[in-house]
Amino acid sequence: MDIRPILFTLRRHKLTCFLLILQIAFTCAIVCNTIFLIGQRLDRMRTPSGVAEQELVYVQMAYIGDRPDANARAAEDVAALQSITGVKAATLINELPFDEGSNNMDVRTDPAQRMPSLSATQYFGDNLVQTLGLRIVEGRDLRPEEYMALSDVFTLLANKQYDKLPNTTLITRAMADRLWPGQDPLGKRFYVGQGIPFTVVGVIADLIRPGHDRLGLGAQYSTLWPVRVSLIDGAAFIIRCAPQDRDRVLRAAVDKLKALDPNRIVLGKGTIEQHRRDFFQTDRAMAGILVGVCLALLIVTALGIVGLASFWVSQRNRSIGVRRALGATRGNILHYFQTENFLLTSMGIALGMVLAYGINLFLIVHYELPRMPMVYFPVGAVLLWCLGQAAVLGPALRAAAVPPVVATRSV
Amino acid sequence: MFGYYLDLAIRSLRRNKVLTGLMVLAIAMGIGASMTTLTVLHVLSGDPLPGRSASLYYPQLDPRDMQAYTPGVEPPAQLTWTDGMYLLHAKRGTHQALMTGGMVPLQPAQSSIDPFHANARYTTADFFPMFGVPFQYGAAWGDAEDQASARVVVISAELNDKLFGGENSVGKTLRLQKADFRIIGVLGDWRPNPHFYDLYMGAYANYEQVYVPLSTSRALHMEHDGSTDCWGDGGGDQVHLETQPCTWLQFWVELDSPASVAAYKEFLEHYSADQRAAGRFVRPPNVRLRNVMQWLDANHVVPNDTRLQAWLALGFLVVCLVNTVGLMLAKFMRRAGELGVRRALGASRRTLFGQLLLESGVIGFVGGMLGLLLALLGLWLVRQQPSDYAKLAHMDAAMLLATFVISVAASTLAGLLPAWRACHVAPALQLKAQ
Repeated sequence: MDIRPILFTLRRHKLTCFLLILQIAFTCAIVCNTIFLIGQRLDRMRTPSGVAEQELVYVQMAYIGDRPDANARAAEDVAALQSITGVKAATLINELPFDEGSNNMDVRTDPAQRMPSLSATQYFGDNLVQTLGLRIVEGRDLRPEEYMALSDVFTLLANKQYDKLPNTTLITRAMADRLWPGQDPLGKRFYVGQGIPFTVVGVIADLIRPGHDRLGLGAQYSTLWPVRVSLIDGAAFIIRCAPQDRDRVLRAAVDKLKALDPNRIVLGKGTIEQHRRDFFQTDRAMAGILVGVCLALLIVTALGIVGLASFWVSQRNRSIGVRRALGATRGNILHYFQTENFLLTSMGIALGMVLAYGINLFLIVHYELPRMPMVYFPVGAVLLWCLGQAAVLGPALRAAAVPPVVATRSV
Repeated sequence: MFGYYLDLAIRSLRRNKVLTGLMVLAIAMGIGASMTTLTVLHVLSGDPLPGRSASLYYPQLDPRDMQAYTPGVEPPAQLTWTDGMYLLHAKRGTHQALMTGGMVPLQPAQSSIDPFHANARYTTADFFPMFGVPFQYGAAWGDAEDQASARVVVISAELNDKLFGGENSVGKTLRLQKADFRIIGVLGDWRPNPHFYDLYMGAYANYEQVYVPLSTSRALHMEHDGSTDCWGDGGGDQVHLETQPCTWLQFWVELDSPASVAAYKEFLEHYSADQRAAGRFVRPPNVRLRNVMQWLDANHVVPNDTRLQAWLALGFLVVCLVNTVGLMLAKFMRRAGELGVRRALGASRRTLFGQLLLESGVIGFVGGMLGLLLALLGLWLVRQQPSDYAKLAHMDAAMLLATFVISVAASTLAGLLPAWRACHVAPALQLKAQ
């Protein structure tokens, strides 16, 4: 189809065309960036945790007042939890995956290094690999004889007896790849604090670190230490059981713990599945808002196209009639309006791509977002083309239905 | 004439209901989205203590070791016990208070309420006069109680309602961490937003229930909560925080004149230099002294998501306005014939221009009304969200007024170009075409 007559006609409506192009450009630019932002949120919400999410429940508790024999009581509590029918494993853990707060340390591969290699979280607790359902991909689990209570660790630190501290650790695959790319991490050492060495004895596949603010700094940079914790260290009980037993086990666990020592407060309890949902709920809400704005934008733009196209159709009613009388088919008229819309949308998209790039730069500078991959540009373009064609179809069909006899009427 | 033009405008708008509806809807959606996000932004970036915040300062020192040192790096956001105590006892400001947050097990006297963890603030006495904290009953403690690690407590109005049914509870006993505390004060309405004096307990909608002297909290090993940042071989051991290389305390000082601010900054630098000479500090003096709003700004307290939403909504408003300009242009140009007749009958361009602007103003007014409803709906939706600031999202008088001004201004602006174009059509041409 020859586009010259279309361009010629459009030149007579420069201002209106310009406004429509501008609107399509803005829509295209915002929609591209918004889809990119939605993708980022969805990616974040899909972060694998490495733990058996469907099989875990937790109870957070605190003593009222001091409890000097907390370590002994912890062992008693855990033994009681393990005796509940259906419990596969139970332990105390210093922080839960999907907690808001987090316990982190700087890691160096060389004690003399000025800047740390990375920051990772520290998980403490007995028997964590089995309880959380972690997968060891290389090396071995921590051994019972390597474990020490956190209170003893603090005493050793205070007395500067660094050589007596536990010195083995498990790290994640992601952390090993970052610290020693392309090398076997087993037997390698990293250094914490004033150069206290730790030897890697095993590598686990994945283990998410807690803290929303830490996800961007390496979501899987986690370490497991042979350190036992108790309630006075702020630890929580974590229990593994079959998915269908979770509610029953949780109720039984709380009852049992309360019965063992009524002098404590339940701060929180639930399933890790729910904990994950809560952790990502701001992301989910933001993704929802972004989708809403995206849809609203597309609807407004579509309605704008319908409005303008209808106006043009009624304005050109007579010339359409003349064309029809001179032998143009309904298809010709239909294609005319479709091509016209395609041209305008294309111009809008071209301008929109430049704008989209600009908005992305703005977001990179002010909101530390990554660069938008090129794939989002064609996505936005196709979306706008489809939208334009769908919006113009109604008015174009109405134009095609104009009978040739209109040409013979005076007004 | 105004009444007549208004009548004409309404008639004209009613003649083409679909087009008018589209324009009103576009403006309403744009205004609704923008006002929702701008209201949230307005609420979150407000001044927590109007009138006082400009003279409240937050000193920062850098006691860390040389690991990962770079010149001019931001000092830790909190102070160590040693530095905090020194600044407190130096008394260089009108008021000063050293504080931190925590959680305390509270055992109510009545058996109907289970023991629970109360949100606590451990602070020295000046906290109350410095921040202008209102009291419903009783009063704050003084230096004597601080020194004696006295077992006194000030409680929030909300806790007083919960435990004592809102009655004057001064003199009664409260059991915290298995120890008896005497209630000496009940606060009035005290909810500064953001929670500026300690950003580690959630920046919004987080209120302490009990206030205990800092010395008492340490003597009774009350649990410290919030952020503890350690370096060297500091392990963050709760019981020995005083001697550990860790920052975990906030210090606020009231400085009433620019001269005293400059003097205080100099004092901090001298202190850092002295500590370095004594070997306690190893870094060159690296201090900050920000007032409340500067401190909030430096910490990016307003969530990035909220700002992003505001930008997005403004972008949406722009699209809606461009859309309205296009539709209005179409509508006005369609009436070129009618306008031509009026011009031929002697109406001036100015009259027509005014009349068309009035018509777009009417659209803006109706769009604004609808937009306001949408914004109220939007704010309601925001309040259903999980974030800690969600509950604060309410529209105030200023934002209400702003909504109307923005919507009428926006649609009048959108009407300018189409009206100008429409009143410049040549009447002769239009009459001939008819």
